Amino acid sequence: MSDMTETVTDERIVYLEELVHQAKTAAAVFTQYTQEDVDRIVKIMVVAGLEQAQYLARLAIEETKLGVMEDKALKNMVATEFVYNYVKDKRTVGQIAEFPERNMVEMAEPIGVIFSLLPITNPTSTVLFKCIMAIKTRNAVIFSPHPAANHCCYEAVRIMYETAVKHGAPEGVFTCLESHNLQDNAYVMHHKDVGLIDATGGPGMVKAAYSSGKPALGVGPGNTPVYLEKSADLSMAVVDIITSKTFDNGTICASEQTVVIDDEIYDIVLRKFEELGSHICNEKETDLLGRTVIDPKTGFMQPMAVGQNATTIARMIGLKVKPHTKLLIAPIQGVGREHPLSVEKLFPVLAVYRAKSVEEALKVCIDVNHAGGLGHTAVVFSRNDDVIRKFGEVINAGRIIVNSPGSVGALGGIYNDMVPTFSFGCGTGGGNSTTDNVNVFHYLNIKRVARRTQAHMWFRVPNQIYFNLNAVENLRQLKSRSTIIITNPAMEQIGHLDVVRRNIPPETLVHVSVIPDAEPEVNVVMQGVEALKFYRVDQIIALGGGSVIDAAKIMKLKYESPEADLEELAAPFLDMRKRVVQYPTEKVNHARLIAISTTSGTGSEVTPFAVLTDKEQGRKVTLADYSLTPDVAIVDPQFVMSMPKGLTADTGIDCLTHAMEAGVSIYASPYTDSNAFQATRLVFKYLPIAYEQPNDEEARTMMHNAACIAAIAFSNASVGVNHALAHAFGARFHVAHGRANALMLPHVIAFNAGVPTKFMPSPNQRGYIAHEKYALAAELLGLGGSTVEEKVKNLIVATEQLLDQLAIPRSIAELGISKEDFERAMPDMVKIAFDDPSWRSNPRMPLLSELAELFWSAYKGRGPAKVEAASQQPHEEEVQV
Amino acid sequence: MTMIDVWVEIDGNRVAQALHEAGEKLASDGGDVFLDFSAVRRIDPSGLRALEDFAGAADGKAVRVTLRGVNVDVYKVLKLARLSSRFSMVN
Repeated sequence: MSDMTETVTDERIVYLEELVHQAKTAAAVFTQYTQEDVDRIVKIMVVAGLEQAQYLARLAIEETKLGVMEDKALKNMVATEFVYNYVKDKRTVGQIAEFPERNMVEMAEPIGVIFSLLPITNPTSTVLFKCIMAIKTRNAVIFSPHPAANHCCYEAVRIMYETAVKHGAPEGVFTCLESHNLQDNAYVMHHKDVGLIDATGGPGMVKAAYSSGKPALGVGPGNTPVYLEKSADLSMAVVDIITSKTFDNGTICASEQTVVIDDEIYDIVLRKFEELGSHICNEKETDLLGRTVIDPKTGFMQPMAVGQNATTIARMIGLKVKPHTKLLIAPIQGVGREHPLSVEKLFPVLAVYRAKSVEEALKVCIDVNHAGGLGHTAVVFSRNDDVIRKFGEVINAGRIIVNSPGSVGALGGIYNDMVPTFSFGCGTGGGNSTTDNVNVFHYLNIKRVARRTQAHMWFRVPNQIYFNLNAVENLRQLKSRSTIIITNPAMEQIGHLDVVRRNIPPETLVHVSVIPDAEPEVNVVMQGVEALKFYRVDQIIALGGGSVIDAAKIMKLKYESPEADLEELAAPFLDMRKRVVQYPTEKVNHARLIAISTTSGTGSEVTPFAVLTDKEQGRKVTLADYSLTPDVAIVDPQFVMSMPKGLTADTGIDCLTHAMEAGVSIYASPYTDSNAFQATRLVFKYLPIAYEQPNDEEARTMMHNAACIAAIAFSNASVGVNHALAHAFGARFHVAHGRANALMLPHVIAFNAGVPTKFMPSPNQRGYIAHEKYALAAELLGLGGSTVEEKVKNLIVATEQLLDQLAIPRSIAELGISKEDFERAMPDMVKIAFDDPSWRSNPRMPLLSELAELFWSAYKGRGPAKVEAASQQPHEEEVQV
Repeated sequence: MTMIDVWVEIDGNRVAQALHEAGEKLASDGGDVFLDFSAVRRIDPSGLRALEDFAGAADGKAVRVTLRGVNVDVYKVLKLARLSSRFSMVN
């Protein structure tokens, strides 16, 4: 607690503690009330406030000697009727808002005890306003009136309290500090049971509230600039300004302080002011006024002038004005200490400035805004939307009032649709936490009840997939004026290129681009793009393995969208739908991409991925976007009949890895599962045959289909940690991708089937189900087993047997890699594997140490299947496939 | 020392009065008191004050007080009033 609180006497502490205890008890009890309870009490309080509006206004005038009785009565009515009109239908108890599309509701939690500081300028209206807000939100309030407005505030609190309690509000819901001082305020501000300080008062009190360390609502000082632009309705503007600036003798802190007037209308405007009862001060009068009503030491207004009328102020400086003069208008030449009247003046003295241009006018308004009025209120009169927009941009004010009075306009609900208030948030410019018109929602803790949402999933495939023997004949239906075939030398040598050419309609102009059989390089791709442009192609046929198809995908991208920046498009992302860098949608050329795969593994003919090698930079760039997916895929086994055994084995296991990883991916869905499990079944059945009997047409056909089907699965569900390991290991030791996958696969199945050290966030899945999905795969393969653990074990054994059948080495060591070399490579491999995006859809998040363990397991080799206790988890749900 | 268990059913319509009456029955030499709040739907400030007084009196006499059947809304009130920790609670 601050020093200030230590000076409170013991007797006083007993009094203050009892006050807080009473409020705390009321607030606790209040939490049981329903919306209907509080709405009923509020309505009755509002009526009581309206009935006593004039009485309370008179009390305020008598006690404070500030303002105008009629205006104070009006303020009391606004504080009740207008505020009620705003709050009556608002929900402030229980569920207060619902967002079905976000599966979320908002609920209200009262604050508890609020300590409320009251101003001298608007004492009773502020009490009425805050009492209504407190009951509506089920809070208790301890009021601390300004010492010079003690009695009227106490009376206003009494009326509200007695009415509320009589109609069911808890006893002790409002209390009022009596005979208090700054020490009392400080004590309560620091009290542990006070939840919020709502300080409507002078800058010192607001600062004290913010300094207490408690959450606080505080009103900052104002200094309202007004820009009266030449297109404005001048008659309306002048009346509005007079109405506002004279309302309650200018005590509302949002009232106009300096009017900046365009040169062209300056004289007319001043004449109108004069005609309507204002006195235009000459230079001498302005100087005298400045020295009298503004304290030359502090630069702030003199308290004696606050809330006084124009004739009283004129008398203070010995100025003779007409009876009933409403306003003293003082022309000033600038803003700042040397122009004393450019600051806030809570009395009917208005500074005016003649501006030669819009730019000068805006700059002067900014100066006024920064001379003590940041975040508060500003006013513009104009019919020019550009001027209004610019004013709104450059002025820092929570309320920018257009073509209406500042003070009455800022209160809200009269001249505009702002929220009615008697407390203006001024944002950080005014040292506040909000720029809002303070309202019931600032008296609540709003809780968000966020129900689990199902992420939107997708399933995307090429427009057309033609499969089975001679599927290439479907090219005859695809009309094209100019077609280019991207292929590699081998396709030309073994006659596949001719087969394709024969099936292209004769009227099509056909061009061929033969590229190296390696991962595409940037220069190869860019040369290809030049060819596409030269021939103005409308169709691209990619004939080859993954490398050729990837090259064609990127050529198409650059041909259609030359501005596409491959470097930028390769930026990493976690979720394709939320990625930062978007692929271009504007296209200058259009070409259909037909992918004819000549291997049964990568499935590039249906995937949205492409890998590009940048030799100059010495790295690979992976592109991923559904716009890269070929338009047409042709899965014709005639192009894979001649695949050598080793390639058949490696690509076949690559396909199996795609299927199994997609099957347990956190993005797996019933759509991808059907493909993943079917591909798994096809591989186990047909890969050994295709390997042993390369000419078996059925086996080749089914393996070719399996590769495509598995690719459809992982295009939509992604892969997993197996690929991350294989990428890192394969790149380091130059091992073919499929073979690297094969060396990891049994170990990864055992790893994923175990209880994760760390789970991956997976909103689409209910619980951890990887082991159950593996068990399901085992069931579909007919591997037997009565428990999940047994089934997983059988799947691992079957996978190991398949690898043995394909003569895949049993360990990394069998590849001839020494333990020392492997150990040396380990830190880099682990780092690269961890950076690899593939594992981010893996069901189990791999720790760095676990990646290393998996590498070492693969190094040591597969053996009798070992499954962690993992798969013994209770089998709670059927896994839907 | 005689241990006397007292079981008081609190009438939801007169919580404060019921607690005052229960307070008068507190033994002066310890024991257990059970206050059955099953019939209390809401508690008002006077009831809350009476419960606070009851807790004070029980402390002074080394009596353990257990509240039974306190509904969630009333439990929250006790929590906010920092009273819940002064009693044992059973459902």
